[in-house]
Amino acid sequence: MQEISLNILDIVQNSVRAGASRIDVELFEDTDSDELFFSVKDNGCGMDEEMVARVMDPFVTTRTTRKVGMGISLLRSAAQATGGDVELTSEVGKGTFIKATFSYGHIDRQPLGDMAGTMMTLISMNEAIDFYYKHTFNRQVFEFNTKEMKEILGEVPLGDPTVAAWLKDFIDEGIANIYGNINGGAE
Amino acid sequence: MKSLAELQALKQKAIENVNLRKEREDGTRVVVGMATCGIAAGARPVMTAFLEEINKRNLSNVVVEQTGCIGLCRLEPIVEIYAPGQDKVTYIKMTPEKVAKIVSDHIVNGQVVSEYTIGSAGM
Repeated sequence: MQEISLNILDIVQNSVRAGASRIDVELFEDTDSDELFFSVKDNGCGMDEEMVARVMDPFVTTRTTRKVGMGISLLRSAAQATGGDVELTSEVGKGTFIKATFSYGHIDRQPLGDMAGTMMTLISMNEAIDFYYKHTFNRQVFEFNTKEMKEILGEVPLGDPTVAAWLKDFIDEGIANIYGNINGGAE
Repeated sequence: MKSLAELQALKQKAIENVNLRKEREDGTRVVVGMATCGIAAGARPVMTAFLEEINKRNLSNVVVEQTGCIGLCRLEPIVEIYAPGQDKVTYIKMTPEKVAKIVSDHIVNGQVVSEYTIGSAGM
């Protein structure tokens, strides 16, 4: 993975496969404390203790067609390369919480990348799931939830190409705003 | 600044296509592989490019979906296209640059872009 936003896309796919109906994605950046973390919280099927212990292992997957899974171990190496780590708690029947921390200014920290692309992809491909997104940069906050959007849109799905295009612009603009840069991306 | 209020206006614009999509059974499905292998290889910008191109051309009979890993990780990003009256076509090593040609030649005009398919890779 070349960007943190791609790791996020990959990690959230685990929540999708866990049958979650609500997924909270939080992203926190603070240059003063040299901190960057993201967390994903879902109300999916969860994992038992044994699976939680094993899931950091690159040779673990829930797939039945093969026995090798990579997502969480890739994320963990990316986080650890910056002096951060991954923390994971889960309960069967309740859901899973995963948080990855990075040192903001570390030379090996991946760029955040296209967060709007990640969220737009997730939202438009998973109509049945309510997404909540909160992004903080130096105490400036951008947040939204798709439940509100669905109420406005009614029978028009969030995956409609016209809506998806709007969604991408909406998130891009919201993020640019908290960066204090109306005209463009972050990095 | 974009606001949720704009969605209301967007709804009016989108609803026609939504209704058309419901009525038509002859739609084309674009399926993008979005497992770890696909994402790492660049599936996200490919998916975004399909949505953008379909929106730009205002195609009401095309839906974009995602799927998991189909076991050919070295050929990702992989896109499968199910067009009415045609066999499934599998495009491999996709890039956003290839998307416009696939949409115009294959989805709109029914001509498979052979040089991008898995068949052309000698597989």
